[in-house]
Amino acid sequence: MSEPVRDPIQFIDERTAAAPLLKKALRYLFPDHWSFLLGEIALYSFIVLIATGVYLALSFEPSLAKTVYHGPYAPLRGREMSDAYKSVVEMSLTYKAGLLMRQTHHWAADVFMASIVAHLMRVFFTGAYRKPRELTWLIGLALLFTSLLEGYLGYSLVDDLLSGIGLAIGYGVLLSVPLVGGPLGVLLFGAAFPGKGVFESRMYIAHVFIIPALLATLIGAHLALVMARHHTQFKRDARHTQRRLVGVPMFPGQAPRSLALMLAVAAVLFLLGGLVQINPIWQWGPFEPWLGTNGAQPDWYLGWLIGALRLMPSFDVVIGHYTVIPNPFWGGIAFPLVVLAVLAAFPWAERRLTGDRTVHNLADRPREAPNRTAFGVAFLSWIFLVFVFGAADRLYVLFGVSYETLLTVFRVAIWAVPALAFLIVRRLCRELQHADRVEHERELAEQEAARQEAELMRRREPVI
Amino acid sequence: MSERAKDRPEAQQGAPGEAGSAEAHGGAGAGDAQSGGSGGDGGGDGVEAPARIVPPGLPDRGAEYVVLALLALAMLFAVGFIVVYAEYSPAEVPNQLLGVCIGGALGFAALALAVLARRLVVTEELEDDYPQENPREQSEIAQLVHESASRITRRRLLLGAGAATGGVLGLAGLTPVLSLGPLWDTAPLDYSPWRRGRRLVDPHGYPMLASEVEEETFYTAFAEGADREDIASVLVVVRLHPSELRLPKGREGWAPYGILAYSKICTHAGCAVALYRKPRFPVVEAKPALVCPCHYSTFNPATGASVIFGPAGRPLPQLPLMIDPSGHLRAAGDFSGRVGPAWWGVREGPPT
Amino acid sequence: MSRLARTIATRLRGAAGARARWGALSAAALLLAACEGVALAQPRGGVLTPPSQPAKPTVQLGHELFEANCASCHGGLGQGISHPRPGAGDISGAAPSLHGVGAEAADFYLRTGFMPLSNIHAEPSNRRVPFTNKQVEAITDFVASLGAGPAIPHPKPRAGALNSGFELFTEDCAGCHQSLARGGFVTGARVPPLQGVDATEIAEAVRIGPYLMPRFSTKRISDAQLNSIIRYVLSTNRPDNRGGWSIGNLGPIPEGLVAWLAAIALAVLCLGLGRRLRA
Repeated sequence: MSEPVRDPIQFIDERTAAAPLLKKALRYLFPDHWSFLLGEIALYSFIVLIATGVYLALSFEPSLAKTVYHGPYAPLRGREMSDAYKSVVEMSLTYKAGLLMRQTHHWAADVFMASIVAHLMRVFFTGAYRKPRELTWLIGLALLFTSLLEGYLGYSLVDDLLSGIGLAIGYGVLLSVPLVGGPLGVLLFGAAFPGKGVFESRMYIAHVFIIPALLATLIGAHLALVMARHHTQFKRDARHTQRRLVGVPMFPGQAPRSLALMLAVAAVLFLLGGLVQINPIWQWGPFEPWLGTNGAQPDWYLGWLIGALRLMPSFDVVIGHYTVIPNPFWGGIAFPLVVLAVLAAFPWAERRLTGDRTVHNLADRPREAPNRTAFGVAFLSWIFLVFVFGAADRLYVLFGVSYETLLTVFRVAIWAVPALAFLIVRRLCRELQHADRVEHERELAEQEAARQEAELMRRREPVI
Repeated sequence: MSERAKDRPEAQQGAPGEAGSAEAHGGAGAGDAQSGGSGGDGGGDGVEAPARIVPPGLPDRGAEYVVLALLALAMLFAVGFIVVYAEYSPAEVPNQLLGVCIGGALGFAALALAVLARRLVVTEELEDDYPQENPREQSEIAQLVHESASRITRRRLLLGAGAATGGVLGLAGLTPVLSLGPLWDTAPLDYSPWRRGRRLVDPHGYPMLASEVEEETFYTAFAEGADREDIASVLVVVRLHPSELRLPKGREGWAPYGILAYSKICTHAGCAVALYRKPRFPVVEAKPALVCPCHYSTFNPATGASVIFGPAGRPLPQLPLMIDPSGHLRAAGDFSGRVGPAWWGVREGPPT
Repeated sequence: MSRLARTIATRLRGAAGARARWGALSAAALLLAACEGVALAQPRGGVLTPPSQPAKPTVQLGHELFEANCASCHGGLGQGISHPRPGAGDISGAAPSLHGVGAEAADFYLRTGFMPLSNIHAEPSNRRVPFTNKQVEAITDFVASLGAGPAIPHPKPRAGALNSGFELFTEDCAGCHQSLARGGFVTGARVPPLQGVDATEIAEAVRIGPYLMPRFSTKRISDAQLNSIIRYVLSTNRPDNRGGWSIGNLGPIPEGLVAWLAAIALAVLCLGLGRRLRA
């Protein structure tokens, strides 16, 4: 008698001996908390990126050869532009679902980065980066910074005015690498900026092949490590211990929830791609090195760098005739490296400072680690204030507080506010812990009182 | 992997014989691992039906209808996408409608799955062990490696040689990367098309007449015959009253009639210095300045484009100008410094 | 979160909370004082008009309005004052000469509201237009009578070409005004957005070079080129936003905000899919 479910499983197992592995995978346990799903949002955004990216890669022309536009969009008619820019304009304005795919792809990139940051914050504030998960944490950081680069290259491929300006700044930051920056820039671009177009094809192959392969590998390693060690869990009751994990099995419990989330992420991204305009490159026009526009900004996840570049006071570190450290180095290279270094070293630094070298499978509530939480808030507020300053010119246009005033205020605030935040948050965590303890003791006392009352009642009633 | 099922409050006890939605074989009872039970499928040859793995749950027909309705909506929207795509010509296709169709289809499918997950699937809460360290295997591996080397007498030497070979092989493997471009070529960063006598042309290619250069405005200019995209070619030209000039020493005569030419490429990070401000009423208003829109480096054209605000570490290179007999503007030499963002050798010696 | 609120409430209550209460009160008082200070620092507005005004605008009316509202900085005959000296009240007057600026300049500054300026150090703003159209005409006639100068221009944007307008605007204007004329910042001043600005006003501004804006004469930008530029600027009132909601046509900043809103919305969805700590 044939069985619709058992037959295919038998087919596969006879040829792969994979049934034990499959059973193990199907019953793999997921500790249940909503914040543990944030990483999945990033994963599903990545899938949407790949899917829409394939479409875009097939329609895009990665060449900076000059051509003239003769299409239906009047403001660009007769304008000289690169093949790359023209292919994206045509994709947006004349291919049927081209604009939907482009916008969904770009929204997916922005949401991908946002969900990675949210996920990083969750992992940090629950202490889930501690032993035995330090490697997972490092791979996650590698994913974060590789994705930053991937996004930057992606929107710079289009050769529109906005991203071309961003590419010029990238070149300037590259040149600011001490000693070797100059030749390094020439090596990558093939000449001085903007070069003869060789950088375009390098960006293209990096963006559609090399880096996605790297990202996929890193994501695979990240997930494999998570599964190998199993996910952390909150101590909800006595069953949740360092040695014992309580969770929902992959099948039938978790799978529909994760699938629902995947479809929801895809739905949100396609809805955004259809309803909210993003990166309308036909409105910016093609890039030329002598053109500029006010209010040129990178995508949001690079806003911290433009803020840092704008905050720096004017100086190059010069020794004799040699420009040892050009100005953009501080904001464009040192700042992100410091952030990466602090985050990467944190698990080991915390071990050193607290002396805690044990395995941790239980996730902390943020209040249970006041110093870590306070440091995290302070560190994030430092980065966040630098990020906000990157938009200070628009803040001026909107609210009227002069840019020069904002510059002075922020130069102080980026140090003062984190220091203050550290003290306040640490105090808050301790207060919350204290309140928790008081509450807990009160509950115990109430239970004790109730028990004594019941005992008293029992003694008063004679048992007949 | 041990399992001790502990039901979530939502999962109810199933009546004997009702399959619920779980796919286990037979078995009634409270979800404990026990054999026996009436009904169920399979079996029939007298063998005891295996115990349930997934606990049973009550059916929820209402939820099933909801799921079906949501899936129907999802299908409708998906069909809608195909119809909209086919119906409109490329120039008119409404992006919003396409997005709503495919987004709606995915969204309703997501909702259907969510309802399924909450109402139609038993969400168990199971226990398992966290993987522990494996000290025995760790020492066995270490022992394996150690014992495998028992025939080798010069361990360290061989290891060192192996490592060195790996390093050099790796280097050899990376060497072709150098073909990406010149390894240590800074000549492109020194290059400038400007020589004494080279004419300035406007963005349309017409030579610039000195008499047409007015105060209170700015001009973009290029080296005649040079590639316009060469960042060393493009200039910003402004005119100030000669009495306002405070140029650095040695640049007397660089600005005939107060006409000044500076590289338009910002010395901070390479954007085009595309802003110019000039006072209508100099008594109270800010003095003339060239401003870069990227990080707001501000340069004073009267003093050789020195930096008066913003992060740039170096003034804009100035191009000395002269006026030829026909009244056209020509370069009187090369820039005062290298063009573009700073790098190691940007201040080194005179530019080529 | 409720525990947080309870903690703060507990701290403010009781004898130990007295200091905290005083602290909060003095902080509020300081904030109020600061607001008052900012309010007092705002320039004063309002114009003076003669008690009786003729039906049609005349140079005579213009002269009277000028005397009342402009002369303290521009001088009684528009000759300009270059050394600020304190005048009536606390107004310190200085302004350029208006001889030869013509109807073009007067019409521009008055119709937009950039003039009159109540504080010579303040940035001119087009938020309020204190004069009526008749009054503007009158003053314009008066200023035009102070010396031969350019008349009010009559641009023809329909004769211009959108594509050359876009290219010219990007080359000469976008650095300050932003590629879609959404306005921006130049060191020392706010650059206004150009939506809702009519063709005459654009032409006037280009030819005058008001405040810190460069001045573009017909030699720099011909009338034909100006027509194209104006045509492009007018088109920025309704850009091609076929991608959907344009969120201000400002680029990555609002886009980033929307991306985070979407990520937060998805996180809220996770709240529905997963459990909470205290369910």
